[in-house]
Amino acid sequence: MSILPPHRLDLAGHRRRNGVVPWVVYQDEDGRDRLIAAVEAADLRGRGGAGFPTAVKLRAARSKRSIVVANGCEGDPLSHKDVALLALSPHLVLDGLQLAAHAVGATETVLCVHTGSSALPSVAAALAEREDRVPVRVVEVPRRYVASEETALVRYLTSGDARPLGKHPRPAERGVRGRPTLVSNVETLAQLASVVLLGPNHYRASRTELVTVTGAVRRPGVVEVAAGTSPAGVLAAAGGEAEPVQAVLAGGAWTADLTGGWSGIATVYALPARACGLEYTAKVLAFLAAESARQCGPCTFGLPSIAADFAELVHGGPATARLARRLPLLTGRGACTHPDGAARLAASALQVFEADVRAHQAGGRCRIPAGVA
Amino acid sequence: MKVTVDPIGCRAHGLCADLLPELVRLDEWGYPVVAPGPVPAELVAEARRAAAACPALALKLRKDERR
Repeated sequence: MSILPPHRLDLAGHRRRNGVVPWVVYQDEDGRDRLIAAVEAADLRGRGGAGFPTAVKLRAARSKRSIVVANGCEGDPLSHKDVALLALSPHLVLDGLQLAAHAVGATETVLCVHTGSSALPSVAAALAEREDRVPVRVVEVPRRYVASEETALVRYLTSGDARPLGKHPRPAERGVRGRPTLVSNVETLAQLASVVLLGPNHYRASRTELVTVTGAVRRPGVVEVAAGTSPAGVLAAAGGEAEPVQAVLAGGAWTADLTGGWSGIATVYALPARACGLEYTAKVLAFLAAESARQCGPCTFGLPSIAADFAELVHGGPATARLARRLPLLTGRGACTHPDGAARLAASALQVFEADVRAHQAGGRCRIPAGVA
Repeated sequence: MKVTVDPIGCRAHGLCADLLPELVRLDEWGYPVVAPGPVPAELVAEARRAAAACPALALKLRKDERR
């Protein structure tokens, strides 16, 4: 079963294509246990980026008065999969949201999308067609990069401040308005619904993932591929290379090896051979620095510093020693993993574009004319 | 026991590095970098004093293994 249909499915279409959730199987406390056991047997992992086992998260948030938050905000400008899913298959997400609510014993659910999201009309139309067990409230969240980090969502829903809260307590212990909260990406919820509709064994055998593919491919957009598809296979699903590709930015890190098996990656950007990876990375780092919530020192000061280091590298400056000292300082020291992600991106760029780093340092530029990235 | 820093609360006063140099150094922006691992028994009292002295109450001494 693919989770992304070619055209939008209304409730009748969704049921014809995907089936009806067998609620009777999952009634009562035993039913909740069976539901979580099915998720565990399916080895479902979060599709929001961290890849955390969903069954563990469900167990942690079990309570009589918990809240489930469906995260349909994509802060990463390279990602459109969640909006595509909500636009085309809103009922699969909502089935998953109801199942998650049942599993943890929630009395309230919230579906978060970006302010003015193009998925809003589809979500509203879908909700109007359904009679859900647990009410669903749709909330629009500011379009900032870190606003959709899970603790930032919890803080926003509690106080209207969309900045990350820090590592403790986790939302499952104390989340929205102090209540145990499960925050789950909308694709994860759609996958959860698929686990129930297909059964864990069938699900595992035919598991797919949504990937947003951009850059030098013939058909940029959201594709659905079998889990474990190689980067080359993902590019092929997007129509193949539109021109020679030198490396891909996959899930926030660069790789030049397009052959290996792969899972859990939500975004792929194909860098054309005629562009400079250092220049592109410098731009992304400048964006990430600008998107810091400016709460934690290593992020507030560290991200602009490494962005400046990369700008200097592009102009032939000797920033590599400084970067070697600074990058480790950005990891594990923030309230969220925003600085960790920037450091990982920068480190992967230094590795994959090592030859270009040397070329820039030797001649102030690489083989590529400036400004092509 | 472990020394941890509340990353949002910390305001880079730097007292922790003065009072507990064995475990805390400052990065180039003045924010504390804490040595990994448990606090050695002979430093627990010093660590407690440093935590109490933090003007932002961002330095903490915890019993559990949480970060």
